[in-house]
Amino acid sequence: MPSSTAAPERSTTDRARARRRREATAGWLYALPSAVIIVILFLVPLGLAFWMSLNDWPLIGRPEFNAPDNYAAIGQNQLFLDSVGFTLKYTVVTTVIYLVIGLALALLVQNARPGVGFFRTAFLLPSAVGLASASLLFYALYNNDYGPLGDIFGFFGLPVPDFLGTPDNAFASTVVMVTWRFAGFNMIILLTGLQAIPVEVYEAARADGANWWQILRQITLPLLKPTIALILVLTITGSILAFEPFYVLTAGGPSNSTVTMVITMFREAFSLYDLGSAAAIAMVLLVALVAINALQLALFRDRDTAGRRRFFGRRAAITEEERR
Amino acid sequence: MSARTRRGAANTAFYATAVPLAILFLAPLVWSGFTSVYGSRATGGEPGFGVDNYLRLVEYGAGLETYVVNSVIVAVVAVVGTLVVSVLGGYAFSRFSFPGKNLLFLGALAILMVPHPTILIPIYQMLRTFGLQNSLIGVGLVVVMFQLPFGLFMMRNAFDGLPRELEEAALIDGLSRFGALRRVLLRGVTPAMVTVGMFAFIASWNEFLTPLLFLTNGDSFTLPVALVSLRSGEFGAIDLGALQAGIVVAAVPCLLIFILLQRHYVRGFTAGAVRG
Repeated sequence: MPSSTAAPERSTTDRARARRRREATAGWLYALPSAVIIVILFLVPLGLAFWMSLNDWPLIGRPEFNAPDNYAAIGQNQLFLDSVGFTLKYTVVTTVIYLVIGLALALLVQNARPGVGFFRTAFLLPSAVGLASASLLFYALYNNDYGPLGDIFGFFGLPVPDFLGTPDNAFASTVVMVTWRFAGFNMIILLTGLQAIPVEVYEAARADGANWWQILRQITLPLLKPTIALILVLTITGSILAFEPFYVLTAGGPSNSTVTMVITMFREAFSLYDLGSAAAIAMVLLVALVAINALQLALFRDRDTAGRRRFFGRRAAITEEERR
Repeated sequence: MSARTRRGAANTAFYATAVPLAILFLAPLVWSGFTSVYGSRATGGEPGFGVDNYLRLVEYGAGLETYVVNSVIVAVVAVVGTLVVSVLGGYAFSRFSFPGKNLLFLGALAILMVPHPTILIPIYQMLRTFGLQNSLIGVGLVVVMFQLPFGLFMMRNAFDGLPRELEEAALIDGLSRFGALRRVLLRGVTPAMVTVGMFAFIASWNEFLTPLLFLTNGDSFTLPVALVSLRSGEFGAIDLGALQAGIVVAAVPCLLIFILLQRHYVRGFTAGAVRG
């Protein structure tokens, strides 16, 4: 006769199941606002972007299915094709500069010294300035009638350059501006990486007679690999999506020499009123970035899960800042 | 060389490098603040200290205060929205198991992988369809979405760091689960909330592309968009003095918050490392 023993058992499992269901419902209620934001402001627009890229979608008027015309048109869009080369050049240059200057600054302020906190803050402070504001600030600095740079060049007897007037100057001037804005930011990321390296490793190397350069090459850089990978992902993503520095500082000029991919996308949508083509460019950017990031993650794979979680934590913190 | 002279030499080399670098990094900010209160050559006025740059800025377009209020509206929506959504979501991810949990977290992380312009064009189209162009709340909500991965991650880790006994005790004392969250747990996760809120404020205050796309009416411009249209001479000839004043107005809140909460800012980067 199982009934006498089975009945209470069943009721406990029933109760456990009911509790689990209550737990699941409560969990969903707390997670609901996140889910609503993710679905309505992220997943639906993502799907819509894909659908728009398959249509002739004028800013005003009726959309019409025309796939794959928007994608085919990208190959004919000379402004966009030129912008790919320019954006890649900008990405390579900024990535190298950020890494070298960020690492130099991080090594400089690595050790505790009187006043080191002041210097860390001084280098980091420009990152709090909005990218649009920073671009406007340098726009004024680079103005030879108004800004002091022309006077400074003159004081040293140097010819006063037209900072934004030639393609090469405009490019260099923009790189100087974004370096000012982001160097301290990369310094802080590298500094947290440096401080995670145990002191004993350095002490052992020094006891073995290793000099400064050997320690940097053989200990610091290899152990910083995950941090450097993080900076590469952030810088490459940010630079490929560059918008404000060129929209505000150079306005894409002189003569379209500083037009980035996002600026061509923006023009496609809001100067040529062709949202479908702009969406197609956005989809191409999306696929390219996911591929680049996947490639980098594979190359720099940090095998332990803790490292991977740390990576995502920092990346989440930084992405918003690094975007430009 | 004795240890002390070696340390002395290292210190000298440090300050000899760091001081000029700090001057280079701070100079543009100092110059901007200085020229904003010093009569500008751009307008041909007599050089001298004064607030006339700020007074001209107040007169621009819809008026400085309109743009500041617009920026504040976006910031309030962004900060409050990010905090509410990520505290509730972080609590759910830390304390409950429910179907679709991992999928939802993956969805949040995917936001990081997607270029913002990809999302902004269809959102612009959606807002237009519903007649919501020039919606400052829309701009704020988009910032909430972009901040969500970081917010959820930070808050989940913060709740994970609190002992479960804390809420069990609160439940025994007769509080509901939500009551325990509101009255007991929130105090424990306040540092994480400060970090999340600060990131949301700086991001929303400085956001440029989203308001540039969504706001077509000059009266609803946020500060950065208004300043850039000032630069473009939309309101007449370019007034670099007033522009300088505008840069100061836009930068000072972020610089202040940054200096006051710097410890939290740096902690934001190491957030994952602390919890491993």
